Amino acid sequence: MSSPVLIPPAPVPGPRPPDYLAAGHTIGSWLLTLDHKRIGLLYLFAITFFFAIAAFAAALMRIELLTPAGDLVTSETYNRLFTLHGVTMVWFFLIPSIPATLGNFVIPLMIGARDVAFPRLNLASWYIFMLGGLFTLYAIVMGGVDTGWTFYTPYSSTYSNSHVMAMAAGVFIAGFSSIATGLNFIVTIHKLRAPGLTWGRLPLFLWSMYSTSIILVLATPVLAITLLLIVLERCFGVGIFDPKLGGDPLLFQHLFWFYSHPAVYIMILPGMGVVSEIIAAFARKPVFGYEVVAASSMAIGVLGFLVWGHHMFVSSQSVYAGVVFSLLSFLVAVPSAIKVFSWTATLHRGHISLETPMLYALGFIGLFTVGGVTGVMLATLAIDVHVTDTYFVVAHFHYIMVGGAVMAFMGGIHYWWPKICGRMYPEWPARIAALTIFLGFNLTFFPQFVLGYMGMPRRYHVYPPEFQALNVLSTAGASILGIGYLMPLVYLTWSFFRGRRAGPNPWGATGLEWRTDSPAPEHNFAETPIVTTGPYHYPVQP
Amino acid sequence: MSPGLAFAFSDWGPGTASSVAPRVDLIFWTILGVSAVVVGGLAFANLYFLIRYRRNSPAPRPPLRIKTAWLESAWITATTVIFLGFFFWGASVYLFAERPPAGALTIAVTGRQWMWDIRHENGRREFNELHVPLGEDVRLVLTSEDVIHSFFVPAFRLKQDAVPGRRVSAWFRATKSGTYHIFCAEYCGTAHSGMVGDVVVLPPARYAEWLERGNAMEDLTQRGRRLFLRYNCSGCHDQPAAVHAPVLTELYGAMVPTSDGRMLRADDAYLRDSILWPQKDVVAGYEPLMPSFQNVIPESDLLDLIAYLKSLPGRQPPPAGPGESSRPLPP
Repeated sequence: MSSPVLIPPAPVPGPRPPDYLAAGHTIGSWLLTLDHKRIGLLYLFAITFFFAIAAFAAALMRIELLTPAGDLVTSETYNRLFTLHGVTMVWFFLIPSIPATLGNFVIPLMIGARDVAFPRLNLASWYIFMLGGLFTLYAIVMGGVDTGWTFYTPYSSTYSNSHVMAMAAGVFIAGFSSIATGLNFIVTIHKLRAPGLTWGRLPLFLWSMYSTSIILVLATPVLAITLLLIVLERCFGVGIFDPKLGGDPLLFQHLFWFYSHPAVYIMILPGMGVVSEIIAAFARKPVFGYEVVAASSMAIGVLGFLVWGHHMFVSSQSVYAGVVFSLLSFLVAVPSAIKVFSWTATLHRGHISLETPMLYALGFIGLFTVGGVTGVMLATLAIDVHVTDTYFVVAHFHYIMVGGAVMAFMGGIHYWWPKICGRMYPEWPARIAALTIFLGFNLTFFPQFVLGYMGMPRRYHVYPPEFQALNVLSTAGASILGIGYLMPLVYLTWSFFRGRRAGPNPWGATGLEWRTDSPAPEHNFAETPIVTTGPYHYPVQP
Repeated sequence: MSPGLAFAFSDWGPGTASSVAPRVDLIFWTILGVSAVVVGGLAFANLYFLIRYRRNSPAPRPPLRIKTAWLESAWITATTVIFLGFFFWGASVYLFAERPPAGALTIAVTGRQWMWDIRHENGRREFNELHVPLGEDVRLVLTSEDVIHSFFVPAFRLKQDAVPGRRVSAWFRATKSGTYHIFCAEYCGTAHSGMVGDVVVLPPARYAEWLERGNAMEDLTQRGRRLFLRYNCSGCHDQPAAVHAPVLTELYGAMVPTSDGRMLRADDAYLRDSILWPQKDVVAGYEPLMPSFQNVIPESDLLDLIAYLKSLPGRQPPPAGPGESSRPLPP
């Protein structure tokens, strides 16, 4: 950690301006702030809260699944638990996780800007997000929803006796926060880059956030429309999805996955960007094949819109549609594979050190690769027929969303923590937590691949006894994972107030965010920085 | 079965009991093998670089001598070619598994919260149990009366959603006698995990015996005729009748002119639609008098009615497309 600083911070002339944390201490100074850094922290508090709720639901499910019989909770409760877990994790943790917290905090710093393009819209986005969260909490407190996070019709539109409307309203409202944030980032990256920061010099995190923002703006409205149609059918009996009313249940699946597949890339693309930043910083080397890695982010964004039908291979959609969607799904896997190869090549002949962010980034590469190759299996039509809707799929997307997105989020939090609070987290506890999370994660989810291929369907409260041994393993892993997630909560909170002071650039990394004080001053830079080199300008070139 | 032993043999976990299962397993194990080599190779490379190029190591770090573009093109091409190979292989087995062979034994499966209602050609009905003959092609015609269900037999590597308002085919040929799980794989409400059952694979002679034994019911067409009378379809459609209604003999498979000038093939879907939504495709030369039977005739009765209509003396059956229209039932 205590490595020599290669890039000296820009000299700050005159008296130091107050940092953004010291700029105000009242509750109003937080709730009415227009500072992107404070708004990023507001998101951090909110999503940590939602993560805790969703993780609690997962813990109850894992305890229930220790035995084949349904003995801890009733089926009704179990169904509400997995719905709560899915809805909250997807829309109130994963989607806002990296974009709304780290994106908000570092995008303006990384492009040398004072703030995002529309600071008021940015604050409004947070309030819209919280309003959506309130509707969701209301649905949970009133008794929950039992449709699964996928809201498949006609179950959700006609048959379910639960608070579908409140939950759908929550997700619908939170969607506008996504759209506004995406729009804000697109304009920010287009218009507010520092002089000399051309597109070809943009750090890879910004490329991935740019691609993510485009998906947020284009895909989220489709989800909003879909949820409105459910409400129309449920409240007013307008036949859209229920065949008894003359509707088509598959229409829902097409609309839902047209959003929800790109949404997977909303979750993983920012993670890929974070990992690119961390690998470059801790290998002291530019990311191998910068142009190709940047282009692959854009390719994933575009191709991601064309593969939704791979969620529907057994839905009774046309067989030929299935074949086309399978082909496109293989193609979207190519740019992801390119990134993995490029990160590995970046390590070659670097000057590598293994602080906590790097451990998370390496963990990301491993787990994301396992998620990727199992995704390739799922894209293979004949295999998908057998394993879709089983624990194989559950394991696969947790490898992407938890092993990928959450690992990257944790890595990013540790990497930019000095910039967030001006202090260092304690290195050894953090390393131990990272390893605990990695081990716990694999023990939780690897057995689920085996369970899935053996045929255990997902969303099963009660299951045949031959699946018990692997379920017990999985629950044991989840306990370790839970401890791993609690540790950062403790030492990060402690270090926020008591940690060792970090200088402007504790990692010796390039990037404009490291050329200003830690914590960053209220307006980020005393003087607008001028960029004269490409990103990752380290002494060793590829 | 012990999960520890599971990986040692190909016949593990779900069992391998259909003609498609070994083909699916072969693709799976192949991709798994290739993946293991790639993941292992990457892990090795990463670890090697981490150790050799740790920050304080004296290892030389000369600039790369080949152009990065060459490396990139190489791995982009290799990945794409391997992926395309997997795609074609998986798709060809899928197309095989999706096309019901001619002459398959047809069994009707209706999903309902939370049970499987299964009916054989001779009318024998069973719930949450499916008896099938060993070594014969069996075609399931799936539908649902309420929400979406999914008929999943892991031992057969077979899964197909049962969608309300649609009739979808799935087929298999069992290759091993025994009892195998049926699961509902699409979440369908409170007792989703209780919507399970067994496939019982019997040698053909014992299947025939089972089919006859304990079958007190009439076959599908007989029951269909009885329903045809009970819902009073016969009041208009049997000749002579007081109302001017289309005659239904020689109908199945024929082309029908509609009052708005279209020509439609009278296949299963047409018959079903015409019962549920008679105003949709009115036959040319007739008044739109027939009431809708939507929410009146349940899905399982529709099955019988259509079987009856198909059994009437008629034309040649419509050509069978993959997973859509069906073989006519024997009269």
